[in-house]
Amino acid sequence: MVAIALLSDFGVEDGEELDLSGAWKLSLLSELAIGTVGVVESLDLPGEIQHHLMHMGFLPEARVMVVRRAPAGDPTVYSIDGFEVALRRDTARAIRVRECETPDTR
Amino acid sequence: MSDCCSTTATIEVPVEPRVAGRIRTVALVGPPNSGKSTLFNRLTGLRQKVANYPGVTVEQRVGRLNGIGRSDLTLIDLPGIYGLDSYSEDARVAVEVLHGEMPGTPAPDAILLVLDSLQLRRQLMLAAPVLALGLPTLVLLNMSDLMEARGGRVDTLALAQELGVPVAKISATRGAGLDSITHFLNRKAEPETPNVALAAGRIELPVMGNPRSYRQWATGISTRTKYKAPISNEWTKRIDGVLLHRIWGPLIFLAVVFAVFQVVFSIGQPLSDGFGDVLNGVGARIGALMGPGWVESLLIDGIWRGVASVLVFLPQILLLFLFIGVLEDSGYLARAALIADRVMRSIGLNGKAFIPLLSAYACAVPAIMATRTIENKRDRFATILVAPFMTCSARLPIYMLMIAAFIPNRPILGDLFGLRAAVMLSLYVLGFVAALGTAWLLKSSILKASSAPFILELPQYRLPTVRSLSLRLVDRGKVFLRQAGTVILAVTIVLWVMSHVPFHTDLAGSVIGRIGQFIEPAIKPLGFNWKIGIGLLTSVMAREVIVGTLGTLYGADPATQSLGLQAALRHDLTLGGAMALVVFFAFAMQCTSTIAIVRRETNSWRWPALQFAYMSVLAYVAALATNQVILHFVR
Repeated sequence: MVAIALLSDFGVEDGEELDLSGAWKLSLLSELAIGTVGVVESLDLPGEIQHHLMHMGFLPEARVMVVRRAPAGDPTVYSIDGFEVALRRDTARAIRVRECETPDTR
Repeated sequence: MSDCCSTTATIEVPVEPRVAGRIRTVALVGPPNSGKSTLFNRLTGLRQKVANYPGVTVEQRVGRLNGIGRSDLTLIDLPGIYGLDSYSEDARVAVEVLHGEMPGTPAPDAILLVLDSLQLRRQLMLAAPVLALGLPTLVLLNMSDLMEARGGRVDTLALAQELGVPVAKISATRGAGLDSITHFLNRKAEPETPNVALAAGRIELPVMGNPRSYRQWATGISTRTKYKAPISNEWTKRIDGVLLHRIWGPLIFLAVVFAVFQVVFSIGQPLSDGFGDVLNGVGARIGALMGPGWVESLLIDGIWRGVASVLVFLPQILLLFLFIGVLEDSGYLARAALIADRVMRSIGLNGKAFIPLLSAYACAVPAIMATRTIENKRDRFATILVAPFMTCSARLPIYMLMIAAFIPNRPILGDLFGLRAAVMLSLYVLGFVAALGTAWLLKSSILKASSAPFILELPQYRLPTVRSLSLRLVDRGKVFLRQAGTVILAVTIVLWVMSHVPFHTDLAGSVIGRIGQFIEPAIKPLGFNWKIGIGLLTSVMAREVIVGTLGTLYGADPATQSLGLQAALRHDLTLGGAMALVVFFAFAMQCTSTIAIVRRETNSWRWPALQFAYMSVLAYVAALATNQVILHFVR
C-alpha cells in the first residue's frame, strides 16, 4: 500500500520536522476542529483518488487548515498551500494528520 | 528573424508531420482554473468559454495564433490537469493530446505551461512531468500582476535557470506580457535541439510518477527562487463567511434565485413587450407598403409573425444569461455545489454534478459536456441523463408566452414577488425535482455505484468584468438570432406553405390542418388543440420553435389573424390546457442537439433513446394530470 510506504519513510527523511511542530497528537483530518492546522502523515484511499489528492498537494508534511464546514455540516473546506479545497467526511477520514497546537509556528 | 520558410512546403492538412526544431502546433497546458482559456482567447482572437471555476474547458480547442500575428501556428487549449494521469474524462483528453494520441488533433511541438502565480509552489509540481516530455516549453506565470499587488514575488531568472526553460510573467486577463510568447515562438522556430538544458543534463527532474518527489522538487525550486506567496485574499474568506454560513448561506442562495425570476419578469417583460411592439410595427409597416396578396401573407403573416414571436424573448433571455454570467465568473458556482452536496448525496449523486446541472439552466448541451469533470462513470451517466430536465433557456419563450397570456399579474409578497414569477419559479423547481427524482431512480437501479469522493477546488472570488459579461451576452444573442434565422425561419416557411395547400381551402382543410386533426385525439385529454399538436411536432427540433409555429398558425387563421399571439391563445385554450402545455415542456426532451450530444458522450444510441422515451412518457402523463386537476378543481 502506498500509504504505508509513505508513512514509513517520511520519519527517516524528515525527522527534524517532527521536532519543529512542537506538541502534537495523531488524528484524522475529519476530526480536526475549525481553525486548527494539521500536518499530513499519510493517506489511505483507493489508488486513483489518492494520486489525485497528492497531486493537489495532500502529501506527507503538507500543512492543512480546517477553514469551514458547508451549511449542512459536510463537506468541509480545507486550506492547503493557500488554496481551498472541499472534501467530504468520508474522504477526510482517510487522511491521517498530526494536530498542531500552535497553528502559526511555521 | 524566423526561418519558417526554410523547410519544404507541406500539404495543408490539420495533422502535419513533425519536423525537428520547427514549431507548428503549440499546446496550452496548466492546472485547472489557471487561466489557459483566457490566454487562448487573447492569443487566437476566438471566444472560448471562460469562467471562474475549475473544469470549464473539458475538451481540446484548436485555433490559429492570430492574436499575435502568427496565423501560421496552431494553438491547442486543453482541459486543466494536475498531473499526466488520466484521472477523469477531461484529464484523459489533455493527456492524449499531449502525447499526440488524439485522432484529428496534431501533436504539439511546443508547450506554453500556464501556472497561477498566486499558488506557484503547488502548481510547479505540474512542471516536472510536463518538462519531462522534452518539448520546447515556455513557463507563463499568470496573474502575476495580482501576485505582486498582494506582496508576492519570485525571481523569474532564477526560476528559468532551475527549470532550464524560459519563464515569463503575464496577465492573461489584461493581456500583459504576451510579447514573451511571440519571442519564444520566433526564437524556437530556428532549428535547434529542444530543451538544451534538459538534454545536457543541466537540470534534474524528480522521479517520474511519484507526486511526493514532484512536491519536494517544487518546494526546493520555490525556496531557491525566493518565491514568496502573496498574502491570501481576505475578501474571499470574508465573503464565504456569509455565503457559506449555516443559516445565511442557503437563505441568500434562495433570495438570489427569487430575485432573478422577479427581475426577468418585472424588468424583462416590459422590455420584451416593447421589443415586440417594435417588431410588429415594422411588420405592419412593410405589409402596408406591399399591399395585400400572397407574398404579403407569406412574408408578414407567415415568416414575420413566426420569427418575431420568438425574437421578442431576446431581452429576457439576455437578462437570464447576465445572471448566469455573474454566477460563473464570480466563483460562486463552486460554493453552490458545496451547499448542494448534501442534497445531491442523499439521492446518490456527486456534489460536483451540481455544477453541470446549474449550467444546464442555460443549455443542456454544454452542461452534458461539463459532466466530464465527474470522475465516476456511473455518476457521470446519471448526470447526463437528468441534465435535460433542468429548465434551459429554450423553454423560456413558451413559459413566458403562456404565463403572460394566462396568469394575472398579481403581487404575492407586495411588489417584491408576483404571481407570474411564482409560477415561473415553480416550473423551474418542477424540472429540478424531476431531475433529482430521476437521478435517485437511476442511482438505485441501473447505475448503482459506491459513493464517489467529492473533491472540489474553491476558486477565489473575482469581480466579473464588464468585458467578459458583455462578450457572453453578445455570443448568446448571436446564437439566439442564428436559431431564429435558420431553424425557426425554415419551419415557419414550411408551415405557411402547408397551411395554404391545397389552395382555396380554409386552415382546417389544409395539409397542416389535416395532420393536426389526425393527431388531435391523442392530445385532446391534455387540453391541447391541433395547433398545439403541430407545435409539439415541430418543437422536437428545438423547444423555442413551438412559439414560432404558433405565431405562424394563428397568423394564418382568419379568426385570430388580427389578434396578438397572447390574445389568440386565450381565445383558443383553457387555463388547464395552457398549464398542461408548460408542464409538458418542463419534462419533454424536445431538442435534437441534446439527443446528439448524449449519443456522443455516452457513445451509444441506447441512452438517448431511453432518455427520450422516458421523458416523453413523463411529459404526457404529467400534462394529462395537470389538465385534469385544473379542470376539476379550478372553476
